[in-house]
Amino acid sequence: MADELLFEKSFNISGGDFVNAGEVASKVKKILQDLGVSNKVIRRATIATYEAEMNVVWYAREGTLILAVTPEALRIKVTDEGNGIENVDLAMQEGYSTASEEIREMGFGAGMGLPNIKKNSDEFYIASIVGQGTVLDITIRRQ
Amino acid sequence: MTLQEIKEILSAQVIVAARDLQVNIKMACGCDLMSDVLAFTKEESLLLTGLTNLQVVRTAEMANVIAVVFVRGKEPDRETIALAMEKNIPVLLTDLPMYEACGRLYRHGLPGCSETEEGTTG
Repeated sequence: MADELLFEKSFNISGGDFVNAGEVASKVKKILQDLGVSNKVIRRATIATYEAEMNVVWYAREGTLILAVTPEALRIKVTDEGNGIENVDLAMQEGYSTASEEIREMGFGAGMGLPNIKKNSDEFYIASIVGQGTVLDITIRRQ
Repeated sequence: MTLQEIKEILSAQVIVAARDLQVNIKMACGCDLMSDVLAFTKEESLLLTGLTNLQVVRTAEMANVIAVVFVRGKEPDRETIALAMEKNIPVLLTDLPMYEACGRLYRHGLPGCSETEEGTTG
């Protein structure tokens, strides 16, 4: 079956935990390597996961990332409880950012995160409610 | 160009050892903006940067960067070194500032990411 679920796992992401920020993306990378996913697909998935994870760490109280793998595709769903995004269209524009000085000092906050997640996705869906949180739904085809 | 040659050209010290200093590096990028590294760097690049925090190593891991060079003699903290060791990402340290470090490598024939085809692995 083409949509048979080969693997599924949920990860918690703690808002404000800068030291462990990136650990979820690192675990996702390792899992995809173990599952024999091609390097190019792994790179797209880990970059998208990392950017999404960093967004949760910076802007949310907590979040969950669910990785699902089928023979056809990877699906990464990130749900957070946090500030939400006031203007999603603006946030999707390259260069638009509301990042703090602290985030910029880490080498981020250049307004490239969400556009880069979309660039690495085959299908990308975002929904956000201010004061409640944000949902990202990312699909990356394996072929 | 091998990592050994890069070390010599930059008069760099190796602060996180490579499994093999003879590993071939096809291209490089000089960047302090990790968002740009994630967005524009191709696989199997060398990253030169003036930032020395944990996120540089994370970014290198996610973008499949082969090795990291910290420029202008800025030493990373222990946590950053420990993470690079854990992730098997070699780290070099040069006293040269960013422009000169990149310029020397470019002069010796190491191209940039926009000039080079993506790695063929996978």
